[in-house]
Amino acid sequence: MPEEALEVDADVIVIGGGVAGTVCAHQLAQAGKQVILIERGGQPGAKNLSGGIFYCRVMEQVFPDFVGEAPVERRITRNVLSFLNPTSHFNVDYWDQRLADPVNAVTVLRAKLDAWLAEQCEDAGVMVMPGIRVDSLLFENGQVVGVKAGEDELHAHVVVAADGVNSFIAQQAGIRAKEPAQNLAVGVKSVIGLPEKVIEDRFNVTGNDGVAYALVGDCTKTAAGGGFLYTNKESISVGVVLRLDDLEAKGLTSSEVHDHFLGHPAIAPLLRDGELLEYGCHLTIENGPAMAAHDLARPGLLIIGDAAGFTLNTGLTIRGMDLAAGSGIAAAKTIIKAFERGSYGQQDMDDYKKQLGATFVGADMKTYAKAPNFLEVPRMYQDYGLLLTDIFHDIYSCDTTPRKHIAATAAGAFKRSKVKLLTALGDMLKAARAL
Amino acid sequence: MTIFGDVTQRLAGNTYVVDEQSHIEVNQEIARKTGTGKLLVRVCPAHVYSENEDGTIGVLFAACLECGTCRALASPDALTWHYPNGGFGIAFREG
Ligand SMILES: Cc1cc2nc3c(=O)[nH]c(=O)nc-3n(C[C@H](O)[C@H](O)[C@H](O)COP(=O)(O)OP(=O)(O)OC[C@H]3O[C@@H](n4cnc5c(N)ncnc54)[C@H](O)[C@@H]3O)c2cc1C
Ligand code: SF4
Repeated sequence: MPEEALEVDADVIVIGGGVAGTVCAHQLAQAGKQVILIERGGQPGAKNLSGGIFYCRVMEQVFPDFVGEAPVERRITRNVLSFLNPTSHFNVDYWDQRLADPVNAVTVLRAKLDAWLAEQCEDAGVMVMPGIRVDSLLFENGQVVGVKAGEDELHAHVVVAADGVNSFIAQQAGIRAKEPAQNLAVGVKSVIGLPEKVIEDRFNVTGNDGVAYALVGDCTKTAAGGGFLYTNKESISVGVVLRLDDLEAKGLTSSEVHDHFLGHPAIAPLLRDGELLEYGCHLTIENGPAMAAHDLARPGLLIIGDAAGFTLNTGLTIRGMDLAAGSGIAAAKTIIKAFERGSYGQQDMDDYKKQLGATFVGADMKTYAKAPNFLEVPRMYQDYGLLLTDIFHDIYSCDTTPRKHIAATAAGAFKRSKVKLLTALGDMLKAARAL
Repeated sequence: MTIFGDVTQRLAGNTYVVDEQSHIEVNQEIARKTGTGKLLVRVCPAHVYSENEDGTIGVLFAACLECGTCRALASPDALTWHYPNGGFGIAFREG
């Protein structure tokens, strides 16, 4: 086997210190492997941005007291789904103390979380190399044998690409082509500082508890996508996610859509007197199942996290960090087995698919395969919010005209709406199947 | 309504490690022919691109937040975009 003869600098090189890369590197180091983790940011996390809800149960497999020890912000016990219209909104406000025990989701700020994850890697023996950009993979006889960064070459038996949504490495390996615009969205986000006490009072939460808003409709000026607003300890993460094809087609300016949302009469009061701490943006994945349909491995190479396409956007939740962690764990298992055999060819790497299939990552990617198509329905971004508030407007505005029963009120609202009753029922069915 | 300042003011609050070398290059001719130039001006959340009076596209690479939106939407060959050199570029403090 040629790889037996190879002089290596480490057993495994991981490219990218996000959630996927750090979790994978940590698992490998704990299994006794020598790991180099290369990150282009001056500090792990410096390049990373998410909306900020981490469905964090998976992290218990890696760090038994993750919620207690990691720099997490708040435990999400209240979820608000909001249909936002120009002068109204319709909210489904779901609070459940059971979501706190065990903790199901937390808010995080990636610059802080990823730095902590990298520290855990170092403690486990990983050699973390920040401030270095990997430029390309090194191949020998069709097998990936290392990476090139500037003038430097580093060799390993296996390379893991955890370099995120723009993965240049997956493209170089011939695994991913240029992604169609409808599979991608840009998130434009502000972090607004507010005193802890103000957040507690304004959002009706106490202690470590927090709230997550998912919004559709007027937040995006009707472009496909949505708005989000999450409470941190002493700040609010707020912004919009805009599907790239629709952003282009509707002729919108991304920063204006962001401003429109933050200035919306339903949102602005939640941010009042806040101080802007940071303005950022990042690409995210709209159609993970379509993106992850390509190969996930080459001889000596595995791709994990966003680089592979593991994000699920169902409209109600955006999940990428938990899938990044899950795929990192599955990749580490695959690699540990390959080391037992002492061979790192295509067949050895292909075991990754099986490992993924045995976890929630593989299962959920299948379950939600239809969600992106469902979210294509343009009615989601405009008509339903208006219809709902129309019905409730008729119920609550007791002017002096004679009242009607709810059924008649609803029928009236449907008549005025662009949505036909049968269409709405059809969409509901579709939603039930897709989400 | 604009709150929290305009984009330039907001970016001023961010932390950047600015490189001397640009990581973005626009092919002016292709950008004009394909309409990519105008598109980049609209879609970049950091207002990196601007249209000059002569129709060419200005690039303020130092403001880039490295999202990749421009790269994903540009017509083939209109734009050369890669990540800044290791350690350079935006350094998020929150994320
Ligand atoms: C606006 C927005 C909202 C989101 N909301 C949520 C949410 O609420 N919940 C959720 O779970 N997910 C959310 N996501 C998705 C989530 O952020 C991603 O799925 C997740 O960050 C993927 O993790 P990763 O480790 O695969 O990639 P990343 O976090 O992108 O990490 C990739 C790393 O690789 C490094 N890198 C890249 N190229 C190189 C190179 N050549 N050399 C060296 N290093 C390199 C980068 O600097 C980076 O550190 C959201 C995303 C966005 C943009
Ligand atoms: S990567 Fe994002 S922030 Fe940078 S220039 Fe392109 S669109 Fe603008």
